Amino acid sequence: MSATATMVERPPPRARGWPRRRIVGYALVCLWILFGIGIVSYLVLAWNADFFAKYAPAYLRGLGVTLALVSISMVLGAILSVPVAYGRMSSNRVLSGLAYCYVYFFRGTPLLVQTYLVYYGLGSFRVELQSVGLWDFFKDAFNCGVFAFALNTAAYQAEILRGAIESVPRGQWEGAASLGLHKLQTLRKIILPQALIVALRPYGNELILMVKASAIVAIITVYDLMGNAKLAFANSFDIQAYIWVALVYLVMVEILRHGIEWIERRITIHLKR
Amino acid sequence: MRISLRIALAASAALLTLGVAQAQEKTLRIGTEGAYPPFNNLTSDGQLVGFDIDIAKALCDEMKVKCTFVAQDWDGIIPALQAGKFDAIVASMSITPERKEKVDFSNKYYNTPSALAVPKDSTLKGVTKEDLAGKSIGVATTTTHFNYASKTYTDSTVKGYPSSPEEQADLANGRLDAIEDDIVVLQQWLDSPDGACCKILGQPSPQPVEIFGPGAGIAVRKGETDLVNKLNSAIDAIRANGKYKEINDKYFKFDVFGAES
Repeated sequence: MSATATMVERPPPRARGWPRRRIVGYALVCLWILFGIGIVSYLVLAWNADFFAKYAPAYLRGLGVTLALVSISMVLGAILSVPVAYGRMSSNRVLSGLAYCYVYFFRGTPLLVQTYLVYYGLGSFRVELQSVGLWDFFKDAFNCGVFAFALNTAAYQAEILRGAIESVPRGQWEGAASLGLHKLQTLRKIILPQALIVALRPYGNELILMVKASAIVAIITVYDLMGNAKLAFANSFDIQAYIWVALVYLVMVEILRHGIEWIERRITIHLKR
Repeated sequence: MRISLRIALAASAALLTLGVAQAQEKTLRIGTEGAYPPFNNLTSDGQLVGFDIDIAKALCDEMKVKCTFVAQDWDGIIPALQAGKFDAIVASMSITPERKEKVDFSNKYYNTPSALAVPKDSTLKGVTKEDLAGKSIGVATTTTHFNYASKTYTDSTVKGYPSSPEEQADLANGRLDAIEDDIVVLQQWLDSPDGACCKILGQPSPQPVEIFGPGAGIAVRKGETDLVNKLNSAIDAIRANGKYKEINDKYFKFDVFGAES
């Protein structure tokens, strides 16, 4: 233990009295609580067994589609992000230029636009795609969604990976080299274990963003969670359709968030004092 | 300090908009979709044009009120009306029982049948459930055509699109075997270069009134009986004075009003 460990940062003194800031704060929190109570009581009052019986199975099917879409895209994106991150860190001008352009395009344009470009854009090149045998793949809306999402998330994941690897001090590389370790061995056994701790939070954020962004596929005729909610709304004109779907997304994100926090606690045990 | 200043600003802004809203009471704000040519369409320079727009303008002239137009996505057009973003929907909205639970309707101002379009080289022979079994049919969601297709073509895959242009694009792309839409909308598209791929297959028959309703009406918020009455007499008036025919003939070769009710 070094001497710095004994230095303790004291918590700020307890707030006393009722300064204006505190009153405003309490008022705002009350407003939020009222808002929450409002939604809950609305759902209780508007509880409609018919609505539930009629649309719950569709929501569940949609949930399955959403989960499949996000998990497949995340995994494909992770695989694709490795060469992109390699390109970004490469000293080869051409390679790093290409990787930079890729990341620049996919981070700089809305996912909605990318999805439209893949679905309707590639759709207008049917003859060309048929001649190379790719039309069967792009004919299906789900495949188009996965394609666009994987390309998009690969760009973000590549940046996460690059940032995490570069966050490990150079000295680690040099130390490993002086012990005679091969570059790949160094990466696998020394750099990545440290880098992935740094990367976990951003990866978690990316996953959560993907879950929410996946609602976009509803407009290219994929009946995911959002697509089924739209359909339920179209048939019932009942705003409940959207409130329920928001709650399902909320629960999903909350589960993911806790899962990620749990993993973080597990893998940073050795850093705790 | 800063927070209270913001709240004060927000409050005064809210008051201001309230005042403006009251001052504008004489103007009727009309919501329409803008993706349903020839009935309503947004031109590339952002102008709303089409049969619905011209009819709405004629009705406003007849009722002697000033009208402004708001373009709104089809999916959210009824909630937007209820939220007060506009006062009436003139967007080829069919009068159906489900919608009547949420909004009030004027009498119909036109009624045209539903039809199916297919690629020119399609092997499909008819429009029955059996003919279309196993095929994929594209329809814009939240439409009477969609309700009909999902109830009738239960052996087919019915795919929902946000609006007509998307379903048309996918039929041209070859992702779909057929699309169902208003026959006038389909015909307009087929006559354009984009629709050169395709042809009308036929009209489903019968077209039950409990699904398709008596025709397209003007939707207003529930309980605005006054406005409904005014709209109804305005519709009768433009039918009688030839204004309707003038607008009709600008767009169509036949009278889209359908049978007199």
